Parts: sequence; structure tokens; C-alpha cells
Amino acid sequence: MTAAEDVVELDGVAVKRGGHRLWSEGTFALPAGACVAVIGPNGSGKTTLFELLLGLVAPSEGSVRVLGDRPRRGNRRIGYVPQNYTASVGEAVRCRDLVALGISGTRWGMRPLSANDRGRVDAALEDAGVAEFANRRVSRLSGGQQQRVAIAQALVDDPDLLLLDEPLSSLDVASQSDVVSLIEDVSARGDVTIMVVSHDVNPLLPVLTGAVYLLDGHPHYDEIGAVVNSELLTHLYGTPVRVVRTAQGDLFTRGGGG
Amino acid sequence: MGVVAAVGYQSDWFDVVRAPFMVNAFVAGSLVAVAAGLIGYHVVVRRQVFAAHALAHIGFPGATGAVVLGLPVTAGLLVFCIAGALAIGALGKAVSEREVATGTVLAFATALGVLFGSLASRSASTVTSILFGNLLGVSGAQILTFACFTLVLGAVLAVVARPLVFASIDPQVAEARGVPVRALGVVFMVLLALVVTMSVQVIGTLLLFALVVTPSAAALYVTARPAAVVALGTAIALVSVWTGLLAAAMFDLPPSFAIVTIAVAVWLVLYAVSRARVRHGR
Repeated sequence: MTAAEDVVELDGVAVKRGGHRLWSEGTFALPAGACVAVIGPNGSGKTTLFELLLGLVAPSEGSVRVLGDRPRRGNRRIGYVPQNYTASVGEAVRCRDLVALGISGTRWGMRPLSANDRGRVDAALEDAGVAEFANRRVSRLSGGQQQRVAIAQALVDDPDLLLLDEPLSSLDVASQSDVVSLIEDVSARGDVTIMVVSHDVNPLLPVLTGAVYLLDGHPHYDEIGAVVNSELLTHLYGTPVRVVRTAQGDLFTRGGGG
Repeated sequence: MGVVAAVGYQSDWFDVVRAPFMVNAFVAGSLVAVAAGLIGYHVVVRRQVFAAHALAHIGFPGATGAVVLGLPVTAGLLVFCIAGALAIGALGKAVSEREVATGTVLAFATALGVLFGSLASRSASTVTSILFGNLLGVSGAQILTFACFTLVLGAVLAVVARPLVFASIDPQVAEARGVPVRALGVVFMVLLALVVTMSVQVIGTLLLFALVVTPSAAALYVTARPAAVVALGTAIALVSVWTGLLAAAMFDLPPSFAIVTIAVAVWLVLYAVSRARVRHGR
């Protein structure tokens, strides 16, 4: 795929959930290599957008293309980390085994991982900064470390599109910045397009190139400068949001005082 | 002999151990231990410990019903356990969440088992042997059936193990990656039904948990390497069966009691060791 191609294309898409229309008139395209936040109030259908791209939910109207094809289950070119992924893992699984499932989890039979595959697992753990925990149980790690292991699993099979659902939720500030810097590293490689669902865009602002915002039941895409302005965010969240430009040029949005 | 039967050292235990019924017990117990070790890891990883418990209860009326109709106990257990497995598989996680409804259904299953048991001739011994196992009464035909079940279990698990673990850990990601999550859930429940059908006849409905779940849970305190958990879980189950049977012969104890006690003791020791290790920062 050339850099000029669009990785995700929606054209007049509507989705239904439980009989009622969640959102509609979704028309946008994400360029390859973008790092895009998906923002919007609770229940606005952010996760459903991911499920649409993964082929887990079908659009009720319009057409969707992902990496040049129609969405389908089992697309190995997409890496996906759902919300609270590691919370369900429990005591029984080591980090190394969880990451290895990103390669072997779809394979039938008992053939052991090849040396090449084991090397990819090690590299993914290393890239995510969790190599030292490889043989520890996932449940023994901190929330930020668990999130990085989950991202390592999503990246181990070299996807072209990475979908992260609320990777920063319930993390302390230090862990958030660890995860953000991992996202930044992945984005800097330039060969992976990243979409991040987040209820808080602040920690992600340094890495974002754009955002899909679910406003009034219609998803829109804009490059980052256009999204982060006070009126739009205030409208989006229904509460006053202020944009502050610091001396370093960073953007911050704050509730209240608008 | 008084009201209390003598529990004490039996000097003729070596002859007892070599008797045909004891040899059968060792073989049948070993097959069940291997099957339990193979499925136990998946039961724990899937967090479907409750399903093992539920299937044992659902199997009870199947077993006593078969006795009433003059059919093999295995057949009755298998029909009820597979039907129960399919129902639990279809309902998915909802089963363990609907605690009251599920508990009520299980109580009713047990009540039906008691009814069928009372209709059977020699009703007390029928009910007792299904609730608490009848390892010393295992026949050659049962052993053949157990061997077939264990082979089927091993063969199917060898094919589905990895996608099954993936689907157990996170159905959402596994499904997005193309793993047939629902179908694997049904396959797993049917395999569990096979293991429960075997285990009920050896250790009994009420004690099955200690042989199917406890050894693998104990192994998980020691290691989280999948192959090591299966190997160690199987080893603990085998040692429990063997030493339990020996102790039963030496001291004239009910085998189910001896087997469960050893499995529980191993679990307790490994649990305490793992707690101590966690407290010391490892």
C-alpha cells in the first residue's frame, strides 16, 4: 500500500445497535500513517466504529472500506485492543503467551512456534518496553504495563491498522504517558495507521494527526488543528471546554471556565 | 464388628491391591486423572469452573434414570451432560450471571436424581455410588469407554487448544481475528461433558470438582506455562488417584475420600507456598 492511499474510507455509513440508529451519514477517509483520536460522549458509538472496521458489525447503510477491502472478520492486517482487555485475563496467562496468541491464537494444531515467530514475540515485547516482564503473569503487572503488553499482542503480527479502545482509561498520569510514548513510537515508524478511542484527548495531543469526532450522531474527520477549538469541543461534550496554547505550543483542553 | 466399621491398617492390603477390581480401579482412575488434567487447564483459563460443577449435578438424574431403565450409567450420564453442556454453551456467560435461576435448575436436577434413584432397585446403593463415586466397581466395559473418551478428548484438544485459549482469554479479539468463538465454546462444553461423565463414575457427582478442577488450579500456583500446567495438573490428579487407592486398600477407607483428601492437601500446600512467595515480593 502506498502512503497516499486511504486506510479507512466511510461513505454515507449508518449503524444500528439494538434496533435504534446509533449514528449516520458517516463520510470520511483516513490517510495511511495517520494517528487519529476517536472522540465523543459516552454511548455515541465510538467502539461500534471499531466493530464496523473489524467486520463484527455490518453497516445498515453506506459502504465501508478498510485497507482497500470490505471489512471482514479475521483480517490479519488489523491489530485490536478492546477496552479493559487485560482485566479478563486472570492469573493463568504469562505476558509472553498472551503476545504469542497474536500469532498462534488462530492456528489449529499443536505445532510449536517457529524460532522466527518466537523472535517476533520477543521483538514485540521489546518494542512495547515490557520485555523484562515476559515470563510474569499478566495479572501481576500494573495497569500501564498490562496495556503495553496488550498493544504488543496487537502489533506482533505486523498490522497496517491499529485500533486501541480507551487505552488510557483508569491509568495514572505516569502510566498514561508511558502508553502515549509507545503510541508515539509506533506512529513514528510510519507504517501503521492508528485509531485511538479516548474520552480524554489531552494526553494524546502530542501524537495525534487528526480526530474523528462523533457529534450529534454523525462522525466527522478533521486534522488536529481544526478539531481542537473551544466551540467545537464544548458543543461535543456539552460542557464548557477551553483550549489553552502554552509557550511550547502544546494544546490543552480544560473543563470549565470557558 | 460394631456399629462403627473398623478403620485401621489392613495387613492383607497388598493382596487387595492386586485383586482384579483394584487393577480396574487403578486403570479407570488413571484415565480419569489424565482426562481431568487435559481439560482442567482450559476450565480454569476459561473461568468455567462453575460449568464443571453444574454438569455434575445435571448428570445425576441421567445416571439414576439410566439405572431405572436398565441402561448403562455411562449412557444416561452422557445424554444428560451433553444436553446440559449444549444448553450452558448456548446461554454462554448468562448462566453464571443468573445465579438464582441456575441454582434452582440444579436443585431440581438433583431432586429428579433422587426420585429416579428411589425408583431403582437397591436405590440407596445406586444413589450413593453416583453421588460419591464407585471406583471399586468399575467394569472392563467402563474402562474401554473411558479410554475412548480420553482419546477423543486428547485428539480434539490437540487440534483446538490454541484458538480455544485465545477465545477463552478474550472472545472479542479472538472473534475479530477470525476465531470461531461460539463454535469453540460448544466444542469445549461437549469435551467437558465427556470428562464429567467419566469422573462421576469414579469420584462421584459431589466430589468431582476436586479431581477435575483442583489439580489444575493447584498447578497454576506453581507455573503459568500452559504445557507445564497441563503436565503438573495431570501429575497431581494421577498421584491423588494412586495414593488415594493405596491408602484406601491399606486402611479400608472409601477411595473417594482418600483421593479427594490428597488432592485437597496438595492444593492447600501449593496455595500456601504461592501466597508466601507473593508476600515476599515474587
